[in-house]
Amino acid sequence: MAAKDDLGRRGERIAERALTARGYEILDRNWRCPEGEIDLVALDGEALVFIEVKTRSSTAFGHPFEAITPGKLSRLRRLAAAWLAERGPVPGAARLRIDAIGVLAPRDAPASLEHLEGIF
Amino acid sequence: MPVARSHAIALLGLDGTVVDIEADISQQLPGFVLIGLPDLALGQARERVRAAAANAGCPITHRKLTINLSPAALPKHGTAFDLGIAMAALAADGVVPPASVDRVVHLGELALDGRLRPTPGILPSVLAASRAGFRTVLVPHGNAAEARLVGDVDVVGIASVRDAAIWHGAALQPIDVDPLLGAAPVAEAALDEGDLADVVGNRDAVDALQVAAAGGHHLFLLGPPGAGKTMLASRLPGILPDLAIDAALEVSSLRSLSGLPVGARLVTRPPLESPHHTASPAAIIGGGSGVLRPGAAARAAHGVLFLDEAPEFSPHALDALRQPLESGVITVSRAAGSARFPGRFQLVLAANPCPCGNAGSRDQECLCTPFAQRRYLGRLSGPLLDRVDIRLRVERITAAQLRTAGESGGVDTATARMRVRRARAVAAERLAATPWRLNAQVPGTWLRSPAGVPERGATAVLDRALERGGITMRGYDRVLRMAWTLADLDEATRPDEAHIGRALLLRRAAA
Repeated sequence: MAAKDDLGRRGERIAERALTARGYEILDRNWRCPEGEIDLVALDGEALVFIEVKTRSSTAFGHPFEAITPGKLSRLRRLAAAWLAERGPVPGAARLRIDAIGVLAPRDAPASLEHLEGIF
Repeated sequence: MPVARSHAIALLGLDGTVVDIEADISQQLPGFVLIGLPDLALGQARERVRAAAANAGCPITHRKLTINLSPAALPKHGTAFDLGIAMAALAADGVVPPASVDRVVHLGELALDGRLRPTPGILPSVLAASRAGFRTVLVPHGNAAEARLVGDVDVVGIASVRDAAIWHGAALQPIDVDPLLGAAPVAEAALDEGDLADVVGNRDAVDALQVAAAGGHHLFLLGPPGAGKTMLASRLPGILPDLAIDAALEVSSLRSLSGLPVGARLVTRPPLESPHHTASPAAIIGGGSGVLRPGAAARAAHGVLFLDEAPEFSPHALDALRQPLESGVITVSRAAGSARFPGRFQLVLAANPCPCGNAGSRDQECLCTPFAQRRYLGRLSGPLLDRVDIRLRVERITAAQLRTAGESGGVDTATARMRVRRARAVAAERLAATPWRLNAQVPGTWLRSPAGVPERGATAVLDRALERGGITMRGYDRVLRMAWTLADLDEATRPDEAHIGRALLLRRAAA
């Protein structure tokens, strides 16, 4: 596995731990379809949340959030619809939300995490 | 605090409006939106501000930043808003104290390395900020001297966006940078006007020049090529007195607006503008689709507008001058708005009498048909010439004049300027109770009032000319105005017969 994928997995694990600690119920992780992948699907109270996790080891090439382009955002919306079509309605979910989590994970320092809710 | 506000100035002509720059940071993906009718250069502030702030070591937020320029319906242009946008963004992010940013007007364009570039239009902007009640203005270091010409404002010259943040109280370590400086101001003496004493012969013309300077009369010089018309006209600014403080501020503001360097001192000498005869009406009056720029006539305000080869100018360009000649104000209206520029200049027209230039001259034969001659000067419209008081014929000097010129010795610029200043002081004292300051400005009613009437019986020659149809009633008043100027130059209390006779000569010498 390439180093960048490794870093991505590490970021996703960090994000998942943080969300669980905050009381999110993780429903799915790394769900794939022909159009792409959803990093995390979770239930936050009444909200069904689709989460894109972006991990960087430094900000030398920009902030993690800067990598989430409008194109990627609209794909995320289509993926959310595809996920719902495959899995059917989730009991207890009244609203949909798309979040982004940026993880800054330097090689030899503790990672820091930023969470943006409802990014469209 | 997610919302912060700073201030900048939007210029329309010389008039500035205070613009509130509001910055809002929302919890969204990174983005930078600039709203409030920016033009293209201002819209690109997004990229400049982001890069400059990052390179100066105080990056703006990684959230969504919305900048609103209010009043939102007022069109804004130029790059002077960069610093204000950066400060509002940093204040909204909590990097600098919002209260401090809200008290100050920020002006200046950012370079990508975070330094501030000297920006055109600083002087009128600072003036507008002062009139709007702001006490502190942050300007680029290279414009600080210019901004300090406005007396009652605390001007802070800033080298970089980081320095500005530190000035507001940001917890950053100062980094020394070399401030960006503009072009060095042109030394005023470099403008070679020449001395009046250089004019050989042509005593009438030298006298007429002093009358024009003393009374503020417009001047029309007619003569063959080589008679020295251009030489004479270029010496007129030299004999005009120094500018008063508000005129100097206006002239300096116009220089600043035109992007010309303004030094640490106000421009105190009257400007001379001599546009080429191919100039368009927009070049003379001012215009432009986005930014309304002053034209040659506005840049000549409080100085001299010299139109050499006047009949070669397009009739539209010449007639565009009629409005400022009448009102002293130039109004330029475009889609972006209406700008007002000062337009009280002294007009000097020079022309050949015909296409070949020799009509009426003693030494050479004119080759033009009578029709060509008429058509040539006919290009100067009646309404325009009507506003010109002095119409002087200038002849080539003869060998005899050249030989005798050295003996008599002409008047030099310094002496002439002294005479002009004295004459203007006399006129200003006489007109103290009226709104006018120069003889050229007084209306006919004043000339016929007890205060303005010449010596008894002095107008006999003028009355005769009027009776015989030699001059019109309007021309009659103009002769009286010039007679007053001649009297002021001679330090006489009222014009006598000789003054009126000479004034009549200045009026009728050509065309």
